[in-house]
Amino acid sequence: MDQQAAIKVQPVPRELARVPLVGNQRGLGWLSDRIAGVIEGETPAWWKICFAISVTMMTVCFVMILYLMSTGVGVWGLQHPVMWGWAIVNFVWWIGIGHAGTLISAILFLLRQRWRTSINRAAEAMTIFAVMCAGIFPLIHIGRIWYGWWLFPIPNSNSIWPQFRSPLMWDVFAVSTYFTVSVLFWYMGLIPDLAVMRDRSKTKIRKFGYGLFALGWRSSNRHWSHYEKAYLILAGLSTPLVLSVHSIVSLDFSVSQLPGWHTTIFPPYFVAGAVYSGFGMVLTLLVPLRRLLHLEEIIRVRHVELMCKVTLATGSIVGYAYAMEFFIAWYSGNPYERFQFFQTRAADPFIFGPLLHVRPAPYWWAFWTMVTCNVIVPQFFWFKKIRTSMIIVWVLSILVNVGMWFERFVIVDISLHREFLPANWSYYSPTWVDVCQYMGTFGLFFTFFLLFIRYVPLIAIAEVKGVTPQADPHHPLGGAEAGGHH
Amino acid sequence: MPAPFAIMAEFETPAAVLSAATKVRDRGFREWDVFTPFPIHGMDRAMGIKNSCVGWFSFVGGCTGYLTGMLMIWFMNAYDYRIVIGGKPMFSPFYSFPPSYELTILFGSFGALLGMLFLNRLPHLHHPLLKNRRFALATHDRFFVVIESSDPLYSQTETRQLLESLGSKHIELVEE
Repeated sequence: MDQQAAIKVQPVPRELARVPLVGNQRGLGWLSDRIAGVIEGETPAWWKICFAISVTMMTVCFVMILYLMSTGVGVWGLQHPVMWGWAIVNFVWWIGIGHAGTLISAILFLLRQRWRTSINRAAEAMTIFAVMCAGIFPLIHIGRIWYGWWLFPIPNSNSIWPQFRSPLMWDVFAVSTYFTVSVLFWYMGLIPDLAVMRDRSKTKIRKFGYGLFALGWRSSNRHWSHYEKAYLILAGLSTPLVLSVHSIVSLDFSVSQLPGWHTTIFPPYFVAGAVYSGFGMVLTLLVPLRRLLHLEEIIRVRHVELMCKVTLATGSIVGYAYAMEFFIAWYSGNPYERFQFFQTRAADPFIFGPLLHVRPAPYWWAFWTMVTCNVIVPQFFWFKKIRTSMIIVWVLSILVNVGMWFERFVIVDISLHREFLPANWSYYSPTWVDVCQYMGTFGLFFTFFLLFIRYVPLIAIAEVKGVTPQADPHHPLGGAEAGGHH
Repeated sequence: MPAPFAIMAEFETPAAVLSAATKVRDRGFREWDVFTPFPIHGMDRAMGIKNSCVGWFSFVGGCTGYLTGMLMIWFMNAYDYRIVIGGKPMFSPFYSFPPSYELTILFGSFGALLGMLFLNRLPHLHHPLLKNRRFALATHDRFFVVIESSDPLYSQTETRQLLESLGSKHIELVEE
């Protein structure tokens, strides 16, 4: 061999060696069998039970929309001045959840984080379904749903066009682009794996179905060459996209004059919060799934730990943003800003209210739930013992999303219910329709997600194969001469 | 028996197929390809494939998207039906930027995906290789070098001998 072969590669020192991404040195064929086995095996009982519950809840979602359409937005708890109630809270919450999928698939790809391969497919699916749930709310909260198409630049009988000076129009473009590009990215990643399913399928229907959507993929290297370039470009395009989507959502608020909304920190703060809640949801979904589907060797404790670290990082950014909001409210000297933050949010009946000599805020409990879940909870992830205990991680991941829901409630509704004129103040509470509508979107989300894990490879087979040592032509397991060379 | 479509050699490791590809390229074959369950690092260079031009499709898509956004907003708000709202200008590149930016990404992404499919001539649901049973392992854990019979250097015996000398344990002809 050439000279290079003579150079022996020093083994990595033990303390620097990383936990392999796939456990037990599993081979390439095993990965196909294991991941495709999730689809090919018997339908598990838990899947059927969850699916039945989800479909029922999804029906509730559609029944609530019908009720709303036939009766009017009065069925919700909207009341002047709080005209953006749960619908907008839920919209922002769901769309935020989507952000983790794109972060994992695009930003971690650009940063060459190879651990993303085990979780990116499921996270991207989560993104798509979460954006679907999110999209329902702005559409139905406009009141006259049958005019929803006025949001799009389609000629109508009044010849009036949408007016683009409003950030609400930017939002329409941001969210619809986000959904479309997420689907494109997801589908492109799926093509090689659908070909895997096609080549393994025993029945004609499966061969036809998977074959049709695999588009005749032959895993040719000439194809891979274009494919990898297109994947890189899509990752490069999705990165500014994901950063812009929640920034634009935040502009819906910050462009207005309302204290609590009119804040320049909103775009980065919303993006960090979105990634934080998204990783919370990925953990909520994948921690039980890896166990139920016996995927512990592919989605390893290391993956869970790394996700916890991202949650910790973004959660800390969110905590910093909260502190900064309060600092600016105080430092600006603006009485309305100070009132909004100190008296309408933070003044609880026990400590801060008496301390500031003000009456307790009506929604102090919402604010402090938010702080507990978003500032304190992520700090537990500093500890390795907690990061590696699956049950604790799962519980904390749910608290993350409880906290993020309350964050949106605090921003949207607390800001609105105390506006400039005290005569306009009111107390907002949701109706049973609000609650059922929100719960119904969980049904929609989980129905799609369960169908996804049953019929589509939930881990990117080709990508996981690519990060194993067996796939590295310079590694002994990949067939290289002993010792390997570079 | 009609002329075969190609000759197909199977390899078991990425290192083996990588070194085989280097030698097939050095022989000067043109109508040949390597099939692997995942992209192998360094294979493009081993095969002598040039940098993919998908980027241009995406670039053209992105430019189209940005121009579409800007022109659309100018046409709708400043030309076709002018309405004064809050004293804001009829057209400004600032408020038109966010939707145009999104359209840049949207069209650029379509450019990347459709460009990739176009360059790969996909969808292509019927192909001689897809009819071959053994070839199904190309998406599982095997690696294949396929030399098509349309290649000017192709010969029934010599090409087979070449592939055997590269260390392939399983060689077969692929029917048209």
